[in-house]
Amino acid sequence: MSLHKLTLCELQKQFQTGEVTATEIVRAYFLRIGHVEPKVKAFVTQAQESAFMEADVLDRKLKGWRKTQPLTGMPLAIKDNICTDGITTTCSSRMLQNFVPPYDATVIAKLRAQECIVLGKTNLDEFAMGSSTENSAFGPSRNPWNLRCVPGGSSGGSAAAVAAEECVAALGSDTGGSIRQPAAFCGVVGLKPTYGRVSRYGLVAFASSLDQIGPITKDVSDAAFLLQAIAGHDPMDSTSVDRPVPDYMKALKKRDLKTVKVGVPAEFFTEGLDQDVEQSVRAAIEELKHLGAEIKEIRLPRTDAAVAVYYVIATAEASSNLARFDGVKFGFRAKETKDLLDLYMKTRQEGFGPEVKRRIMLGTYVLSAGYYDAYYGKAQAVRTLVCQDFDAAFKEVDLIVTPATPTPAFKLGEKSEDPLQMYLSDIFTISVNLAGLPAIALPCGFSKEGLPIGLQLIGRAFEEETILRAAHAYEQSTQWHRQKPAIR
Amino acid sequence: MIFETVIGVEVHAQLRTNSKMFCGCGTTFGLSANSQTCPVCLGLPGSLPVINRMAVEMAVRAGLALNCTIAANNRFARKHYFYPDLPKGYQISQYESPICEHGWIEVRDSGGETKRIRIRRAHLEEDAGKNIHETGTNGSRVDLNRAGTPLLEIVTEPDMHTADEVVAYLKGLREILMYLDVCDGNMEEGSFRCEPNLSLRPSGQKEFGTKVELKNINSFKYVKDAVEYEIRRQTKVLNEGGTIRQETRLWNIERGETAVMRSKEEAHDYRYFPDPDLVPLKLDQAWIDGFRSRLPELPAVRTKRFVSDYGLPEYDATILTASKGMAEYFETCAEQFPQPKIVSNWVMGELMRELNNSGTNISASPVTPERLVSLLQMVDKGVISLKVAREIFPELYSSGKVPEQIVQEKGLTQVSDEGALEQIITEALNKNPAQVAQFKEGKQQVLGFLVGQVMKASGGKANPGKVNELLRKKLG
Repeated sequence: MSLHKLTLCELQKQFQTGEVTATEIVRAYFLRIGHVEPKVKAFVTQAQESAFMEADVLDRKLKGWRKTQPLTGMPLAIKDNICTDGITTTCSSRMLQNFVPPYDATVIAKLRAQECIVLGKTNLDEFAMGSSTENSAFGPSRNPWNLRCVPGGSSGGSAAAVAAEECVAALGSDTGGSIRQPAAFCGVVGLKPTYGRVSRYGLVAFASSLDQIGPITKDVSDAAFLLQAIAGHDPMDSTSVDRPVPDYMKALKKRDLKTVKVGVPAEFFTEGLDQDVEQSVRAAIEELKHLGAEIKEIRLPRTDAAVAVYYVIATAEASSNLARFDGVKFGFRAKETKDLLDLYMKTRQEGFGPEVKRRIMLGTYVLSAGYYDAYYGKAQAVRTLVCQDFDAAFKEVDLIVTPATPTPAFKLGEKSEDPLQMYLSDIFTISVNLAGLPAIALPCGFSKEGLPIGLQLIGRAFEEETILRAAHAYEQSTQWHRQKPAIR
Repeated sequence: MIFETVIGVEVHAQLRTNSKMFCGCGTTFGLSANSQTCPVCLGLPGSLPVINRMAVEMAVRAGLALNCTIAANNRFARKHYFYPDLPKGYQISQYESPICEHGWIEVRDSGGETKRIRIRRAHLEEDAGKNIHETGTNGSRVDLNRAGTPLLEIVTEPDMHTADEVVAYLKGLREILMYLDVCDGNMEEGSFRCEPNLSLRPSGQKEFGTKVELKNINSFKYVKDAVEYEIRRQTKVLNEGGTIRQETRLWNIERGETAVMRSKEEAHDYRYFPDPDLVPLKLDQAWIDGFRSRLPELPAVRTKRFVSDYGLPEYDATILTASKGMAEYFETCAEQFPQPKIVSNWVMGELMRELNNSGTNISASPVTPERLVSLLQMVDKGVISLKVAREIFPELYSSGKVPEQIVQEKGLTQVSDEGALEQIITEALNKNPAQVAQFKEGKQQVLGFLVGQVMKASGGKANPGKVNELLRKKLG
């Protein structure tokens, strides 16, 4: 069996028992990348040289004394908005085209401490703003299931790379659905951890109160395995939470869902929901019931306000976070500028793409004197209401199940001219970020056109174990995750 | 028309922490450009701030000393503007809930009356870096060593009316902060920066006039000069029927005048909002009270105590308590040599003169309290004369020797031994029979002449009191 077809847990076993070397793994993966990458375009940067070097160092070391970490030798892809010391981190923006961070993000430092190998940096919508990777300054990535379709976004490169088996697993970031939506579109597993569970230090900020790094993997076990490696308190991130990290793999051992109460929010099954998606998700809910879960209808009445609240808060924070890209200290600087103001204006005009500019303007507007209370202040108030919806629901149920997206992957160009339509593709994922909750997207079927459909499970804060357990039980009783795209 | 001047002051005091406000970089002044930086204070993409606990403690201590209430719930906010020395495009500051509010300090106004200046708020924030414009080079450079240094911004109510009051307030505030060891008070290096804002209104009018802010003032002298200039300028404009524009003006040292830096129209919309990278900072009341109980004695209280406990004139007490080091020096001496006024004279006289001449801080004085005390004790016991003590003080200061050594080396010990003195006296009497006769006739004034002769013969070393006593006995 080709190495690239293995899951993270399978490959890890083969490596730990010495059946394969790190160099063999890296070679197999770059061979695979060579085959499919011209079609999928998942990567912004391939770190071939450093990957082979790291593999070689590992193999030599292990020859002497076989002491390994859980992730030793595992070939990962990293979303290109996570800082990697010595490897360009572009955020798929012209602004950072040549930016080489002098430091590792905390998650990267943790992965490196576990001796994993970074194969490369994956494509995203510029600064993670978008739902299709079409906002990348370096061109869109493709959906491996249908190359005319988008892989979703913003972590579209990571999801496509995992689906096309160009890496064994990847890291993404999720601000309003940026892990779960592309995972659903590409038929892989994407986990957004609780806000504060994983350090954001080194993640180039889009919306600081919503951003969270998480794994994108071939199956649920791999997601648990990778989450284990990156979770935990980080003194460098004041918003990371200091509480013990449970053993996520142990949580998977329970194969049934007896005593688990699952809520189905009526607000997520309304018009606009694709028929194929609805059928698959309803079938999945039946399966959960079959596995022993108690299914309850619940209400999340403020769901309709979530998109509006999100686009006020996220853009406000983005307008602030992106102020540092001014052409003075790092990244792109416009040429031939008259004076300081001209330098700022030209640099930002030429360095940012249209969607980023749109959001900076929106965010600047909602924070400006005289408008703050009406927009930002109000949005924060409604955000609290959205959180209260979830609090009330989680008094009745342990988990909430919804479709991950209203439709399967759409065609390239289909929504790129209509920002509002694009924003609505995150309608089922956004409220989770507003409430800071953990949620997973996993395959639950295919559309008539053969595109993957994703199921979303939402849990209480810091109860990743519960969603992983339920997702795993469902995955074990279905075969969706075993299907692979033909890539043509 | 008669105008009343209304002045408020903003002070940026740099807190004496070991590391910056939101990262672990040092805060040393004057290092080579950008050597004191890291991803956080450079504002690199992905970096995140973490609040410096020491800076919060210092702000709390300062707030307590300034009679402020301390906020239990603190939120940091982002203040946005574009400038090359501001790496993130925003400054992390406090907006809606400053750490300290509603305080006051008391100062002496020009008439010698005690006056209370209210403090509206004091909040924590980070400093910006520095733009460097070198002549002969193309473009400007940015040094971010200072970026992220913790500052306490202290804002008064508009309670001052003259330049002297402003200076008195600033001196009082600076003393307090230095007493607490939260700020080194160095105005030239920018550790204590002041920005007065002032407006004029017709005497008796309630509404404030239009306010002008003054910047670029780095000494008390310039504070006085700039405020007085601005009062004159505004008075002239108003008297000529003009209007004052709301603006920020820079003090120009060379020209001795203020000039417009930016007008209200150019003022930024800072778009303050709570920094989502920093969780709300909650301060425990017991923790705050712990600092309250451990506050050191502050200058105003200490001045009063120096008057009541040591019987010093108020003038002396004020000067001696102007710095913590000076006050402690005095107290150490006064404890070992319990004649406070004599100690005060020496500290304020000889010692301060030498310190000022050599630009030395009292904490680094080569004449330690122990050495000053031994010098004073030698005078007190009659080992040396007061004159000799004054004469050798500069050498005591510069040589690093103990006073006993200097006195011994120079043979300056006062002669009090009766046998030795008697011999000199006998000789002097023999040499001046006429005066001896005059004295015996009742001309008491001659005694002074005879004492002088004995002193001269002894080379100034004879104890004058003793000589007097022995002469009277002899002439008896």
